[in-house]
Amino acid sequence: MFRLFANARYDFIKWRKWAYGLSALLIVPGFVWLLISPPNYSIEFTGGTQVQIATLDHAIGAAQIRAALDAGGLHGAEISSYGADTAFMIRARLGETNSGTQQASDSTMRAVRSSFDRGLGPTKYKVMKYEGIDGKVGKELQGKAFLAIFFSFFVTLAYLAIRFEWRFGTAAVLATAHDILTTIAFIKYMNLEISLVVVGAVLTMVGYSLNDTIIIFDRVRENLRKFRRQNLYDVVNLSINETLPRSILTHGTTFATTAALAILGGEVIRPFALVMAFAIFTGTFSSIYIAAPILMYIEKRWPGEDARGARILTSPMAMPAAGAAAASATQPKAAKAAPPTPSPAR
Amino acid sequence: MKTIRNRLILIGALFLVAVYAIVPRSTQVKQLDPKSGQMVVVTERLVPITLGLDLQGGVHLDLEVDQSQGPVPDCKDAIERSEKVVRTRLNEFGTLEPVVQTTGNCRLNVELPGESDPERAKRIVQQQAHLEFRITDMKNLFRDALPGIDKALHDAGVRGTGNAGPSNTVSQLFGADSSKKKGAKAAPDTTNNSAVFSSVLFQGQLPGEYLVPVEQTHLVDSLRKMTAFQTAMPRGIDLFWSTDSVVRGAREYKYLYAVESKAMLTGDELEKATARRDPVNNHSVVQFDLSRRGGRLFADATGRHVRDYMAIILDTLVQGQPPIINDQIGAHGQIDLQSKPLADAQDLALVLRAGALPVRLAIVDEQSIGPTLGADAIHDGIRAGAVGVALVILIMGIYYRLSGLLAVAALALYVLFTLAGLAIFGFTLTLPGLAGLALSVGIAVDANVLIFERIREELQHGKSVRLAIDEGFKHAMSAIVDSNVSTALTAAILYLVGTGPVQGFAITLIVGIAASMITAIFVVRTFYMIWLQRRPDMTTVSI
Repeated sequence: MFRLFANARYDFIKWRKWAYGLSALLIVPGFVWLLISPPNYSIEFTGGTQVQIATLDHAIGAAQIRAALDAGGLHGAEISSYGADTAFMIRARLGETNSGTQQASDSTMRAVRSSFDRGLGPTKYKVMKYEGIDGKVGKELQGKAFLAIFFSFFVTLAYLAIRFEWRFGTAAVLATAHDILTTIAFIKYMNLEISLVVVGAVLTMVGYSLNDTIIIFDRVRENLRKFRRQNLYDVVNLSINETLPRSILTHGTTFATTAALAILGGEVIRPFALVMAFAIFTGTFSSIYIAAPILMYIEKRWPGEDARGARILTSPMAMPAAGAAAASATQPKAAKAAPPTPSPAR
Repeated sequence: MKTIRNRLILIGALFLVAVYAIVPRSTQVKQLDPKSGQMVVVTERLVPITLGLDLQGGVHLDLEVDQSQGPVPDCKDAIERSEKVVRTRLNEFGTLEPVVQTTGNCRLNVELPGESDPERAKRIVQQQAHLEFRITDMKNLFRDALPGIDKALHDAGVRGTGNAGPSNTVSQLFGADSSKKKGAKAAPDTTNNSAVFSSVLFQGQLPGEYLVPVEQTHLVDSLRKMTAFQTAMPRGIDLFWSTDSVVRGAREYKYLYAVESKAMLTGDELEKATARRDPVNNHSVVQFDLSRRGGRLFADATGRHVRDYMAIILDTLVQGQPPIINDQIGAHGQIDLQSKPLADAQDLALVLRAGALPVRLAIVDEQSIGPTLGADAIHDGIRAGAVGVALVILIMGIYYRLSGLLAVAALALYVLFTLAGLAIFGFTLTLPGLAGLALSVGIAVDANVLIFERIREELQHGKSVRLAIDEGFKHAMSAIVDSNVSTALTAAILYLVGTGPVQGFAITLIVGIAASMITAIFVVRTFYMIWLQRRPDMTTVSI
């Protein structure tokens, strides 16, 4: 039996301030950038017409396609290559005033076809995929996705409040909110298009990150029962270390499948896989450096029944004396019977 | 605690149910044959997991009740009735397994897997197919009302463009027929500007027939929308454009017909419609038969209107030139599509047979995906998924050795159960769904990893193999249950609040979580029990 990181004793919590800084470094510039330039929404959200073509001649590039479109009177279309060098995505968005009529989309498609027939030749290209979407459908989708995330927070909060305690629930939800923010920033940095598939990835990320936080919190809950006199700082650190082999393994297998999807899965899946790959990092990071410190902070502000939060940040070295003092204040008899140990001896 | 035998029976039963749920099979279905009109037994192949359009190609349409020309009060009822009509049409359309369903907000969702002609599909779905027979304005009520209309428009502040055509109201474009001209007593307005409407109108050959220069049709349409125009229109008369246009001199004109508001008969009474080519003039025609009641009504109505002209109006367009009624017309008739291809006539016959849509439907979302794109997507998706799963097997096998391979065996069951669950829920597998499934394999091992790590911890604490396994399963349980239940709750919310793709994703997640809990907790536990029973003296475990 070989184990990675078995019996690890890293002081994760010590680095929390650095971790906050790292998060801020990721989130703040991303959102400032978002304020300056709006996110890149896919056609499902904006409405418009999108045509994917495959050219049957390698010599045809984006320049020829643009020339053909310009000659046909379609100016300002976005042309991007899509995977292979013969595949192109052409997009013409409907203007704001043209409040999403099918006629507009139909005529755009006809204009695209006729300009290609003239500019490239009818046998030189093939329409692979065509989409025409009314903008209002996208607005509904956007609203519903946000509503869903919002509601799921409440349900998670309620469930964790019942199974654990409200302090745990709040910390888990805040950590997940952090992950959503970092993921949005990541999407902006990578200049990924926000499509339904990407929204699906963000939703998967919410579940994944929550899952990871709960695994660590479950261990914290167990260790809190096991080491009744232990400092919360140590209990949290111990719990993270104890679950470390599991984290490495699970994140490893998930990352392996995600990487396979990103590299081999094709153009449609790649954005999903990229977001998920990032989600694995941010979910793991936030479970350790965001959820756990927030739990400690909440315990300190609003101490639980055993008032452990009040001595969260006592240094581990000075622990025995401080711990004994605090313990003797609350439960003098128990403190005498079982003196607290700085590290769990088994 | 159940014995190993009971556990194996249960796993076997689950396995059989899952296999039954996902294996394609053929069933005999009695179906109405549209050609002969008789019930015939058809063998239908049921494929339990339908592939989404992004995987097999096809046409997707989202339609909404068109409220641009005035609000529709009960759009839910309208969309439900439309659904029936569209379904009837598509069953004859020839696509395999068309999907027609209503979704939320009075929306109709149509999927035509494998269909490669989106234009034709759109016509079939969207055509209202509202057929009417109306007598043209034989008494020239409309023409007599023209001065009134012009005045009303003038009073409403409409001014002509200045360069509008001739100054007299209704000019006789074809000149000759003076008998009709005597009716045209609409006094020519001296000012060009005040005759804004009638100045673009020219008298046609038939009573109620007018011609409008093609470039002026927009002007006429915008004028017709004004309240002043509508109140000045003579009662009992409606205006309809024709499908036809004519070139006179250098200009092209479109026909506009004034017809009676009351229809003699509507397409509701239509019973049969077939397309064929007229051998005489080689025109495409749609022949129709009326029901017995419809035939009687039609014979009565046409009997009263002998020598009158009858406009055949399909979806607010007069089809060709209105024919004269020479005699009573019975239960048979035809619509002449002239030189249009026979395929168009066949489609028209199809939509007429299926009946009219109660409302106009507007397309709000359409996608058409070529079949090769779908094949490529499946190829890429499966390759990536296979590599990902192979990596998971490798990691688990190396790290946990024999126990890891037990987990992998359970993982195979996991994939089977998940697919079966999706088949039972009638879920459509899309490309993102495929990606989600591959990813869920990576996540599904989490439950096993939690258990194995726990067993290792217990072993490290010096517990015996048997006890360590028991304790490992017991202690890992709370983490597995809590993390999975909260994820499942999130997914349930997504299902309740989300739409289409988001809902599909939520179902995949819930089914995956259930399958992963069953396999990791129950199946792997059973494997261990068998293992321990065979080697009761086991002191070390391969983990």
